[in-house]
Amino acid sequence: MDKVRALIVDDSSVMRKIVERSLRQAGIDLVEVREAGNGAEALGALRDGPVDLILCDINMPVMDGLEFVRQLQGVENARGVPVVMITTEGSESHVVQALSCGARGYIRKPFTPDQVKEHVIPVLENHK
Amino acid sequence: MKSPNELAAHSDREAWLPLLELAAREVFEIMLGCKLELAGDTVNPVPSEFTGMVGLAGQLCGVLTMRCTAQSAALMTSKMLGIDPRQADEHVWDAIGEVCNMVAGNFKNKLSGMGEGCMLSVPTVITGGDYTFHSLADEGALEVRLLFEGVPILVALEIHS
Repeated sequence: MDKVRALIVDDSSVMRKIVERSLRQAGIDLVEVREAGNGAEALGALRDGPVDLILCDINMPVMDGLEFVRQLQGVENARGVPVVMITTEGSESHVVQALSCGARGYIRKPFTPDQVKEHVIPVLENHK
Repeated sequence: MKSPNELAAHSDREAWLPLLELAAREVFEIMLGCKLELAGDTVNPVPSEFTGMVGLAGQLCGVLTMRCTAQSAALMTSKMLGIDPRQADEHVWDAIGEVCNMVAGNFKNKLSGMGEGCMLSVPTVITGGDYTFHSLADEGALEVRLLFEGVPILVALEIHS
């Protein structure tokens, strides 16, 4: 698999580290990991250059994950970049809402590294 | 008088206790790699040097809390991050908040039809045990006492009608 630049968006720094570890355990060759604590910070982080993959929580202060995904469509650096939501919000309506906003995948917390692999690898492969 | 929906929801609550326990067990097993054991009623009171809280609003209103010792909090953090418990200090609030958030989310996702209309707050973590928890919840509390690495923790759901 190609080298991947990832942006991990979660208001929990512990969860950001767990997500990064899970991506590495899934065999994804991360060459750059950017972190953001909410959607607004994530939009700022994208000004530093493009990424290949975004993993994003939903419930966050300042700007939540759904609003971030909506606004992402207008960011030149991020158009078409696959977003996978990783969240405790597991209801069908949240899944539908996230996918209709433009997310390509949805992982419910708690999650195993295998679930990350199962959801993220196909998304990356489809994006090639 | 309570509506039929309220009555149905109230009777369901007796069945929520095993779901609360299962929600906590799954989070600890999947994210921390350890099994929780039932503590039984003899463990009383559960020390609460760390209290994680997540509010629920919408179809289900209330507060989910998780209480534990400082030592357990550090151990949970170390297990989540794969670090030594002595290095856990700077991450422990965040970790306890996230565990609490995942237990709350996992629990509401197990309630048939309830998860759709229920939102979670951002977690709050209180440190120090010298406080009194006074909830305005009028539907009582569901409490599960569990052993994490042999030390008791308490997971409780205070429910508002």
